[in-house]
Amino acid sequence: MTTQIMTGSLPDTSPPPPVGLLAELTHRCPLRCPYCSNPLALAEQAAELTTADWARVFQEAADLGVLQLHLSGGEPAARHDLVALVRHAAQAGLYTNLITSGVMLDAARITELAEAGLDHVQLSVQDSEPNSADRIAGFPGGHARKLAFARLVTSAGLPFTLNAVVHRQNLDRLDEIVALALELGAKRLEVAHVQYYGWALLNRDHLLPTRAQLDTASDLVAHAQTLHRGRLTIDYVVPDYYATEPKPCMGGWGRQVMVVNPAGRVLPCHAAESLPGLVFDTVRDHSLAHIWTYSEAFLAYRGVAWMRGACQGCPKAEQDWGGCRCQAFALTGDANVTDPACRLSPDHHLLDVAVQRATAPIGNFTYRERAGTKKARG
Amino acid sequence: MVPQFARGHRLHQDKARKRWVILAPERVFEPDEIAVEVLLLVDGVRTVDQIVDTLAEKFAAPREAIKVDVAAMLADLHDRQVLAG
Ligand code: SF4
Ligand code: SF4
Repeated sequence: MTTQIMTGSLPDTSPPPPVGLLAELTHRCPLRCPYCSNPLALAEQAAELTTADWARVFQEAADLGVLQLHLSGGEPAARHDLVALVRHAAQAGLYTNLITSGVMLDAARITELAEAGLDHVQLSVQDSEPNSADRIAGFPGGHARKLAFARLVTSAGLPFTLNAVVHRQNLDRLDEIVALALELGAKRLEVAHVQYYGWALLNRDHLLPTRAQLDTASDLVAHAQTLHRGRLTIDYVVPDYYATEPKPCMGGWGRQVMVVNPAGRVLPCHAAESLPGLVFDTVRDHSLAHIWTYSEAFLAYRGVAWMRGACQGCPKAEQDWGGCRCQAFALTGDANVTDPACRLSPDHHLLDVAVQRATAPIGNFTYRERAGTKKARG
Repeated sequence: MVPQFARGHRLHQDKARKRWVILAPERVFEPDEIAVEVLLLVDGVRTVDQIVDTLAEKFAAPREAIKVDVAAMLADLHDRQVLAG
Protein backbone atom coordinates (compact mmCIF):
# COMPACT_ATOMS: atom_id res chain seq x y z
CA MET A 1 0.00 0.00 0.00
CA THR A 2 1.52 3.30 -0.95
CA THR A 3 0.40 6.55 0.54
CA GLN A 4 -0.22 9.39 -1.78
CA ILE A 5 1.22 12.56 -0.39
CA MET A 6 -0.20 15.89 -1.37
CA THR A 7 2.17 17.54 -3.79
CA GLY A 8 2.06 20.98 -5.29
CA SER A 9 3.53 24.36 -4.55
CA LEU A 10 5.02 25.31 -1.19
CA PRO A 11 2.97 27.62 0.99
CA ASP A 12 3.54 31.33 0.49
CA THR A 13 2.31 32.24 3.95
CA SER A 14 3.30 30.71 7.26
CA PRO A 15 0.65 28.79 9.17
CA PRO A 16 -0.28 30.11 12.64
CA PRO A 17 2.47 29.01 15.04
CA PRO A 18 2.19 25.89 17.22
CA VAL A 19 1.25 26.24 20.89
CA GLY A 20 2.79 23.00 22.12
CA LEU A 21 5.98 21.04 21.68
CA LEU A 22 6.16 17.42 22.74
CA ALA A 23 9.82 16.56 23.28
CA GLU A 24 10.42 12.82 23.38
CA LEU A 25 13.78 13.04 25.09
CA THR A 26 14.47 9.32 24.91
CA HIS A 27 12.73 6.06 24.15
CA ARG A 28 14.48 4.39 27.09
CA CYS A 29 12.11 3.38 29.88
CA PRO A 30 12.29 0.73 32.60
CA LEU A 31 8.57 0.01 32.20
CA ARG A 32 7.10 -2.11 29.42
CA CYS A 33 3.49 -0.95 29.03
CA PRO A 34 1.73 -2.98 26.34
CA TYR A 35 0.05 0.19 25.02
CA CYS A 36 3.17 2.37 24.99
CA SER A 37 2.82 5.22 22.49
CA ASN A 38 6.44 4.89 21.38
CA PRO A 39 6.95 3.34 17.95
CA LEU A 40 7.67 -0.37 17.56
CA ALA A 41 11.18 0.54 16.40
CA LEU A 42 12.57 2.33 19.47
CA ALA A 43 15.37 4.87 19.01
CA GLU A 44 18.80 3.86 20.31
CA GLN A 45 20.49 5.91 23.01
CA ALA A 46 23.40 6.62 20.64
CA ALA A 47 21.01 8.37 18.25
CA GLU A 48 19.60 10.74 20.90
CA LEU A 49 19.99 14.51 20.63
CA THR A 50 22.54 16.12 22.96
CA THR A 51 21.82 18.63 25.73
CA ALA A 52 22.99 21.45 23.45
CA ASP A 53 20.72 20.25 20.62
CA TRP A 54 17.69 20.30 22.89
CA ALA A 55 18.60 23.69 24.34
CA ARG A 56 18.65 25.12 20.82
CA VAL A 57 15.36 23.39 19.96
CA PHE A 58 13.68 24.84 23.07
CA GLN A 59 14.84 28.36 22.20
CA GLU A 60 13.66 27.94 18.61
CA ALA A 61 10.32 26.68 19.87
CA ALA A 62 9.84 29.68 22.15
CA ASP A 63 10.82 32.07 19.34
CA LEU A 64 8.35 30.36 17.02
CA GLY A 65 5.48 30.87 19.47
CA VAL A 66 5.34 27.59 21.41
CA LEU A 67 3.98 28.22 24.90
CA GLN A 68 4.03 24.83 26.55
CA LEU A 69 6.72 22.17 26.45
CA HIS A 70 5.92 18.60 27.36
CA LEU A 71 9.02 16.63 28.32
CA SER A 72 8.23 13.06 27.59
CA GLY A 73 9.77 9.78 26.52
CA GLY A 74 10.11 6.86 27.11
CA GLU A 75 11.00 7.95 30.59
CA PRO A 76 12.48 11.46 30.44
CA ALA A 77 14.31 10.89 33.73
CA ALA A 78 16.41 8.24 31.97
CA ARG A 79 18.28 11.28 30.61
CA HIS A 80 21.01 12.28 33.07
CA ASP A 81 20.73 15.88 31.87
CA LEU A 82 17.02 16.25 32.67
CA VAL A 83 17.56 19.03 35.22
CA ALA A 84 19.73 20.96 32.76
CA LEU A 85 17.10 20.50 30.05
CA VAL A 86 14.37 21.89 32.32
CA ARG A 87 16.58 24.86 33.14
CA HIS A 88 17.16 25.58 29.43
CA ALA A 89 13.43 25.33 28.73
CA ALA A 90 12.52 27.62 31.62
CA GLN A 91 15.14 30.17 30.51
CA ALA A 92 13.59 30.14 27.05
CA GLY A 93 10.30 31.10 28.74
CA LEU A 94 8.50 27.84 28.06
CA TYR A 95 5.95 26.37 30.45
CA THR A 96 7.48 22.99 31.27
CA ASN A 97 5.44 19.88 31.96
CA LEU A 98 7.22 16.66 32.88
CA ILE A 99 5.43 13.51 31.74
CA THR A 100 6.89 10.70 33.79
CA SER A 101 6.39 7.19 35.11
CA GLY A 102 7.87 8.43 38.39
CA VAL A 103 10.06 5.41 39.06
CA MET A 104 13.45 7.03 38.37
CA LEU A 105 13.26 10.26 40.38
CA ASP A 106 14.26 10.63 44.02
CA ALA A 107 13.63 13.53 46.40
CA ALA A 108 16.91 15.29 45.59
CA ARG A 109 16.30 15.28 41.85
CA ILE A 110 12.69 16.42 42.27
CA THR A 111 13.88 19.38 44.31
CA GLU A 112 16.46 20.19 41.63
CA LEU A 113 13.78 20.04 38.94
CA ALA A 114 11.53 22.38 40.89
CA GLU A 115 14.41 24.81 41.39
CA ALA A 116 15.30 24.60 37.70
CA GLY A 117 11.83 25.98 36.91
CA LEU A 118 9.65 22.95 36.28
CA ASP A 119 6.01 24.07 36.21
CA HIS A 120 4.00 20.87 36.39
CA VAL A 121 4.28 17.09 36.64
CA GLN A 122 2.12 14.50 34.96
CA LEU A 123 2.46 11.09 36.58
CA SER A 124 1.14 7.99 34.88
CA VAL A 125 -0.32 5.04 36.78
CA GLN A 126 -1.32 1.71 35.29
CA ASP A 127 -4.02 0.81 37.82
CA SER A 128 -5.10 1.44 41.42
CA GLU A 129 -4.45 -2.14 42.51
CA PRO A 130 -0.66 -2.60 42.98
CA ASN A 131 -0.32 -6.14 41.62
CA SER A 132 -2.37 -5.40 38.57
CA ALA A 133 -0.53 -2.12 38.01
CA ASP A 134 2.84 -3.84 38.16
CA ARG A 135 1.70 -6.62 35.84
CA ILE A 136 0.40 -4.14 33.25
CA ALA A 137 3.60 -2.08 33.46
CA GLY A 138 5.73 -5.24 33.32
CA PHE A 139 7.74 -3.77 36.21
CA PRO A 140 7.51 -5.32 39.70
CA GLY A 141 7.40 -2.78 42.52
CA GLY A 142 6.73 0.12 40.18
CA HIS A 143 3.36 1.14 41.60
CA ALA A 144 4.69 1.61 45.13
CA ARG A 145 7.48 3.79 43.75
CA LYS A 146 4.95 5.92 41.86
CA LEU A 147 2.98 6.57 45.05
CA ALA A 148 6.15 7.60 46.88
CA PHE A 149 7.05 9.85 43.95
CA ALA A 150 3.64 11.54 44.01
CA ARG A 151 4.10 12.42 47.68
CA LEU A 152 7.55 13.87 47.00
CA VAL A 153 6.18 15.97 44.15
CA THR A 154 3.47 17.38 46.39
CA SER A 155 5.89 18.17 49.19
CA ALA A 156 8.15 19.94 46.68
CA GLY A 157 5.14 22.21 46.03
CA LEU A 158 4.76 21.13 42.40
CA PRO A 159 1.24 20.72 41.05
CA PHE A 160 0.59 17.41 39.43
CA THR A 161 -1.85 15.60 37.22
CA LEU A 162 -2.47 11.91 37.58
CA ASN A 163 -2.77 10.20 34.22
CA ALA A 164 -4.48 6.83 34.20
CA VAL A 165 -4.52 4.92 30.94
CA VAL A 166 -7.65 2.79 31.04
CA HIS A 167 -8.72 -0.36 29.21
CA ARG A 168 -10.58 -3.60 29.76
CA GLN A 169 -8.18 -4.83 32.45
CA ASN A 170 -8.49 -1.86 34.82
CA LEU A 171 -11.62 0.08 33.87
CA ASP A 172 -13.70 -1.67 36.54
CA ARG A 173 -11.53 0.03 39.18
CA LEU A 174 -12.08 3.58 37.91
CA ASP A 175 -13.72 4.56 41.22
CA GLU A 176 -10.53 3.50 43.04
CA ILE A 177 -8.42 5.41 40.54
CA VAL A 178 -10.42 8.57 41.27
CA ALA A 179 -9.97 7.94 45.00
CA LEU A 180 -6.22 7.50 44.45
CA ALA A 181 -5.99 10.85 42.65
CA LEU A 182 -7.75 12.56 45.55
CA GLU A 183 -5.64 10.81 48.17
CA LEU A 184 -2.41 11.77 46.43
CA GLY A 185 -3.46 15.41 46.17
CA ALA A 186 -3.57 15.58 42.37
CA LYS A 187 -5.32 18.67 41.03
CA ARG A 188 -6.21 16.96 37.78
CA LEU A 189 -6.97 13.41 36.71
CA GLU A 190 -6.73 12.42 33.09
CA VAL A 191 -8.63 9.26 32.34
CA ALA A 192 -7.14 8.35 28.98
CA HIS A 193 -8.46 5.46 26.98
CA VAL A 194 -5.79 3.54 25.11
CA GLN A 195 -5.32 4.70 21.54
CA TYR A 196 -4.73 1.84 19.19
CA TYR A 197 -1.63 2.12 17.08
CA GLY A 198 1.85 0.71 17.53
CA TRP A 199 2.18 -1.45 20.66
CA ALA A 200 -1.45 -0.97 21.63
CA LEU A 201 -2.64 -2.27 18.28
CA LEU A 202 -0.64 -5.46 18.88
CA ASN A 203 -2.47 -5.81 22.21
CA ARG A 204 -5.88 -4.56 21.13
CA ASP A 205 -7.69 -7.83 21.80
CA HIS A 206 -6.51 -7.72 25.43
CA LEU A 207 -7.27 -4.08 26.01
CA LEU A 208 -10.48 -2.94 24.31
CA PRO A 209 -13.17 -2.40 26.96
CA THR A 210 -16.67 -3.79 26.63
CA ARG A 211 -19.65 -1.53 25.96
CA ALA A 212 -20.99 -2.27 29.46
CA GLN A 213 -17.67 -1.33 31.08
CA LEU A 214 -17.55 1.84 29.09
CA ASP A 215 -21.08 2.93 29.98
CA THR A 216 -20.45 2.33 33.68
CA ALA A 217 -17.18 4.27 33.48
CA SER A 218 -18.75 7.22 31.66
CA ASP A 219 -21.50 7.49 34.30
CA LEU A 220 -18.95 7.24 37.07
CA VAL A 221 -16.84 10.03 35.59
CA ALA A 222 -19.85 12.32 35.16
CA HIS A 223 -20.78 11.77 38.80
CA ALA A 224 -17.21 12.25 40.08
CA GLN A 225 -16.76 15.42 38.04
CA THR A 226 -19.70 17.01 39.84
CA LEU A 227 -18.85 15.60 43.24
CA HIS A 228 -15.23 16.81 43.25
CA ARG A 229 -15.66 20.12 41.42
CA GLY A 230 -13.16 22.71 42.62
CA ARG A 231 -10.93 20.03 44.11
CA LEU A 232 -10.15 17.63 41.29
CA THR A 233 -10.63 18.30 37.59
CA ILE A 234 -11.30 15.10 35.65
CA ASP A 235 -10.58 15.00 31.93
CA TYR A 236 -12.25 12.21 30.05
CA VAL A 237 -12.95 11.51 26.40
CA VAL A 238 -15.06 8.69 24.98
CA PRO A 239 -12.74 6.22 23.24
CA ASP A 240 -12.76 6.18 19.46
CA TYR A 241 -13.93 2.59 19.18
CA TYR A 242 -17.26 3.58 20.70
CA ALA A 243 -17.45 7.06 19.22
CA THR A 244 -19.60 8.25 16.34
CA GLU A 245 -17.61 11.41 15.74
CA PRO A 246 -13.83 11.50 15.42
CA LYS A 247 -11.64 13.67 17.61
CA PRO A 248 -9.66 16.53 16.12
CA CYS A 249 -6.45 14.56 16.53
CA MET A 250 -3.61 16.81 17.84
CA GLY A 251 -6.00 19.74 17.30
CA GLY A 252 -5.60 19.16 13.57
CA TRP A 253 -2.51 17.98 11.72
CA GLY A 254 0.18 20.67 11.80
CA ARG A 255 -2.06 23.21 13.56
CA GLN A 256 -1.18 23.14 17.26
CA VAL A 257 1.59 20.76 18.15
CA MET A 258 5.03 19.61 17.02
CA VAL A 259 6.66 16.42 18.24
CA VAL A 260 10.44 16.03 18.28
CA ASN A 261 11.51 12.43 18.69
CA PRO A 262 14.70 11.31 20.50
CA ALA A 263 16.72 11.34 17.26
CA GLY A 264 15.54 14.84 16.36
CA ARG A 265 12.98 13.98 13.70
CA VAL A 266 10.03 16.36 13.81
CA LEU A 267 6.58 14.78 13.59
CA PRO A 268 3.07 16.25 13.38
CA CYS A 269 1.88 13.56 15.84
CA HIS A 270 3.77 11.09 18.02
CA ALA A 271 2.50 8.13 15.98
CA ALA A 272 3.17 9.71 12.58
CA GLU A 273 6.11 7.41 11.91
CA SER A 274 3.58 4.58 11.62
CA LEU A 275 2.40 6.15 8.35
CA PRO A 276 4.25 4.91 5.28
CA GLY A 277 5.70 7.31 2.77
CA LEU A 278 6.01 10.42 4.94
CA VAL A 279 9.39 12.12 5.01
CA PHE A 280 10.33 13.80 8.28
CA ASP A 281 12.86 16.59 8.63
CA THR A 282 15.23 16.73 11.56
CA VAL A 283 16.27 19.53 13.88
CA ARG A 284 19.87 18.66 12.95
CA ASP A 285 19.23 19.99 9.42
CA HIS A 286 16.58 22.70 9.80
CA SER A 287 15.12 25.14 12.30
CA LEU A 288 11.76 24.34 13.86
CA ALA A 289 10.29 27.39 12.11
CA HIS A 290 11.38 26.09 8.72
CA ILE A 291 10.03 22.62 9.47
CA TRP A 292 6.71 23.93 10.75
CA THR A 293 6.12 25.86 7.54
CA TYR A 294 7.75 23.72 4.88
CA SER A 295 8.23 20.13 6.03
CA GLU A 296 6.56 17.75 3.61
CA ALA A 297 5.19 15.71 6.52
CA PHE A 298 3.44 18.77 8.00
CA LEU A 299 2.08 19.84 4.62
CA ALA A 300 0.73 16.36 3.83
CA TYR A 301 -2.44 16.63 5.92
CA ARG A 302 -2.52 20.25 7.05
CA GLY A 303 -5.84 21.91 6.30
CA VAL A 304 -8.56 20.32 4.19
CA ALA A 305 -7.06 20.12 0.69
CA TRP A 306 -6.04 16.44 1.12
CA MET A 307 -9.57 15.32 2.04
CA ARG A 308 -11.57 12.97 -0.10
CA GLY A 309 -14.76 10.96 0.25
CA ALA A 310 -16.99 11.74 3.22
CA CYS A 311 -14.75 14.50 4.55
CA GLN A 312 -14.58 16.48 1.33
CA GLY A 313 -16.91 19.44 1.73
CA CYS A 314 -18.24 18.14 5.08
CA PRO A 315 -19.37 21.00 7.38
CA LYS A 316 -17.30 19.44 10.19
CA ALA A 317 -14.09 19.40 8.18
CA GLU A 318 -12.56 22.40 9.96
CA GLN A 319 -13.69 21.20 13.38
CA ASP A 320 -12.41 17.63 13.53
CA TRP A 321 -9.99 17.89 10.57
CA GLY A 322 -11.06 14.43 9.41
CA GLY A 323 -9.98 12.74 12.63
CA CYS A 324 -6.80 10.76 13.12
CA ARG A 325 -4.57 9.83 10.17
CA CYS A 326 -2.76 7.14 12.13
CA GLN A 327 -6.04 5.50 13.11
CA ALA A 328 -7.33 5.69 9.54
CA PHE A 329 -4.17 3.92 8.38
CA ALA A 330 -4.12 1.39 11.23
CA LEU A 331 -7.68 0.29 10.48
CA THR A 332 -7.92 0.56 6.71
CA GLY A 333 -4.36 0.53 5.39
CA ASP A 334 -4.96 3.94 3.80
CA ALA A 335 -3.94 7.09 5.65
CA ASN A 336 -5.94 9.33 3.29
CA VAL A 337 -9.44 8.17 4.16
CA THR A 338 -11.93 9.44 6.74
CA ASP A 339 -11.15 8.26 10.27
CA PRO A 340 -13.33 5.16 10.81
CA ALA A 341 -14.38 6.64 14.18
CA CYS A 342 -16.71 8.87 12.12
CA ARG A 343 -20.15 7.39 11.54
CA LEU A 344 -20.02 8.78 7.99
CA SER A 345 -16.97 6.67 7.18
CA PRO A 346 -17.64 3.63 4.98
CA ASP A 347 -15.20 1.81 7.30
CA HIS A 348 -17.08 2.63 10.53
CA HIS A 349 -18.12 -1.01 10.97
CA LEU A 350 -14.45 -2.00 11.42
CA LEU A 351 -14.64 -0.64 14.97
CA ASP A 352 -17.51 -2.98 15.84
CA VAL A 353 -15.66 -5.88 14.32
CA ALA A 354 -12.63 -5.10 16.49
CA VAL A 355 -14.77 -4.81 19.62
CA GLN A 356 -16.36 -8.19 18.95
CA ARG A 357 -12.98 -9.82 18.38
CA ALA A 358 -11.54 -8.43 21.61
CA THR A 359 -12.25 -11.29 23.95
CA ALA A 360 -8.72 -12.52 24.63
CA PRO A 361 -8.24 -13.74 28.19
CA ILE A 362 -6.33 -11.61 30.67
CA GLY A 363 -2.57 -11.97 30.34
CA ASN A 364 -0.46 -12.73 27.30
CA PHE A 365 0.41 -9.13 26.56
CA THR A 366 3.03 -8.40 24.00
CA TYR A 367 5.09 -6.09 26.20
CA ARG A 368 6.96 -3.14 24.81
CA GLU A 369 10.61 -4.12 24.31
CA ARG A 370 13.55 -3.13 22.21
CA ALA A 371 14.06 -5.61 19.38
CA GLY A 372 16.42 -8.35 20.51
CA THR A 373 15.73 -7.95 24.25
CA LYS A 374 12.70 -10.20 24.59
CA LYS A 375 11.81 -10.90 28.20
CA ALA A 376 9.33 -13.37 29.65
CA ARG A 377 5.69 -12.59 28.98
CA GLY A 378 3.42 -11.86 31.92
CA MET B 1 -5.80 40.01 51.17
CA VAL B 2 -2.76 39.27 49.00
CA PRO B 3 -3.65 37.46 45.77
CA GLN B 4 -1.06 35.23 44.17
CA PHE B 5 -0.85 32.74 41.34
CA ALA B 6 -1.44 29.10 42.18
CA ARG B 7 1.62 26.92 41.62
CA GLY B 8 1.76 25.87 37.98
CA HIS B 9 0.01 29.04 36.77
CA ARG B 10 1.56 32.21 35.44
CA LEU B 11 1.03 35.21 33.25
CA HIS B 12 3.11 35.12 30.10
CA GLN B 13 3.71 37.58 27.32
CA ASP B 14 2.94 35.71 24.11
CA LYS B 15 5.08 37.76 21.75
CA ALA B 16 4.37 35.66 18.66
CA ARG B 17 0.64 36.43 18.97
CA LYS B 18 0.98 39.88 20.56
CA ARG B 19 -1.12 39.10 23.63
CA TRP B 20 -0.89 38.02 27.25
CA VAL B 21 -1.86 34.51 28.29
CA ILE B 22 -2.21 32.55 31.50
CA LEU B 23 -0.24 29.32 31.28
CA ALA B 24 -1.74 26.50 33.32
CA PRO B 25 -1.48 22.71 33.45
CA GLU B 26 -2.55 21.48 30.00
CA ARG B 27 -4.33 24.76 29.39
CA VAL B 28 -3.79 28.26 28.09
CA PHE B 29 -6.27 30.99 29.09
CA GLU B 30 -6.54 34.29 27.29
CA PRO B 31 -7.45 36.99 29.82
CA ASP B 32 -9.21 40.13 28.59
CA GLU B 33 -7.44 43.49 28.70
CA ILE B 34 -8.75 44.45 32.11
CA ALA B 35 -7.77 41.10 33.58
CA VAL B 36 -4.27 41.57 32.19
CA GLU B 37 -3.98 44.96 33.90
CA VAL B 38 -4.93 43.35 37.20
CA LEU B 39 -2.82 40.23 36.80
CA LEU B 40 0.27 42.28 35.97
CA LEU B 41 -0.03 43.60 39.51
CA VAL B 42 -0.50 40.19 41.14
CA ASP B 43 2.92 39.45 42.57
CA GLY B 44 2.20 37.77 45.89
CA VAL B 45 3.18 41.00 47.68
CA ARG B 46 0.61 43.63 46.73
CA THR B 47 -2.72 43.54 48.57
CA VAL B 48 -6.05 43.84 46.76
CA ASP B 49 -6.35 47.39 48.09
CA GLN B 50 -2.97 48.33 46.67
CA ILE B 51 -3.90 46.84 43.30
CA VAL B 52 -7.12 48.86 43.30
CA ASP B 53 -5.24 52.05 44.22
CA THR B 54 -2.72 51.54 41.43
CA LEU B 55 -5.41 50.93 38.83
CA ALA B 56 -7.57 53.84 40.02
CA GLU B 57 -4.59 56.10 39.56
CA LYS B 58 -3.49 54.63 36.24
CA PHE B 59 -6.93 54.90 34.65
CA ALA B 60 -8.05 58.01 36.58
CA ALA B 61 -11.22 56.13 37.50
CA PRO B 62 -13.34 56.09 40.68
CA ARG B 63 -11.84 53.74 43.23
CA GLU B 64 -15.13 52.13 44.26
CA ALA B 65 -16.00 51.08 40.70
CA ILE B 66 -12.55 49.62 40.17
CA LYS B 67 -12.77 47.77 43.46
CA VAL B 68 -15.97 46.00 42.40
CA ASP B 69 -14.46 44.93 39.07
CA VAL B 70 -11.22 43.73 40.59
CA ALA B 71 -12.98 41.73 43.30
CA ALA B 72 -15.22 40.00 40.76
CA MET B 73 -12.30 39.19 38.53
CA LEU B 74 -10.13 37.83 41.32
CA ALA B 75 -13.01 35.66 42.53
CA ASP B 76 -13.47 34.25 39.05
CA LEU B 77 -9.78 33.41 38.67
CA HIS B 78 -9.83 31.89 42.11
CA ASP B 79 -12.70 29.62 41.11
CA ARG B 80 -10.72 28.49 38.09
CA GLN B 81 -7.79 27.72 40.41
CA VAL B 82 -5.55 30.21 38.60
CA LEU B 83 -5.08 32.15 41.82
CA ALA B 84 -4.42 30.63 45.23
CA GLY B 85 -4.66 31.78 48.82
S1 SF4 C 1 3.88 4.03 28.25
FE1 SF4 C 1 4.91 2.80 29.82
S2 SF4 C 1 6.64 1.83 28.72
FE2 SF4 C 1 5.92 3.53 27.41
S3 SF4 C 1 7.20 5.25 28.01
FE3 SF4 C 1 5.35 5.38 29.26
S4 SF4 C 1 5.86 4.29 31.18
FE4 SF4 C 1 7.40 3.72 29.64
S1 SF4 D 1 -16.83 13.04 7.30
FE1 SF4 D 1 -14.78 13.74 7.85
S2 SF4 D 1 -15.00 15.92 8.31
FE2 SF4 D 1 -17.08 15.05 8.30
S3 SF4 D 1 -17.49 14.53 10.44
FE3 SF4 D 1 -16.61 12.68 9.50
S4 SF4 D 1 -14.39 12.81 9.85
FE4 SF4 D 1 -15.27 14.85 10.26
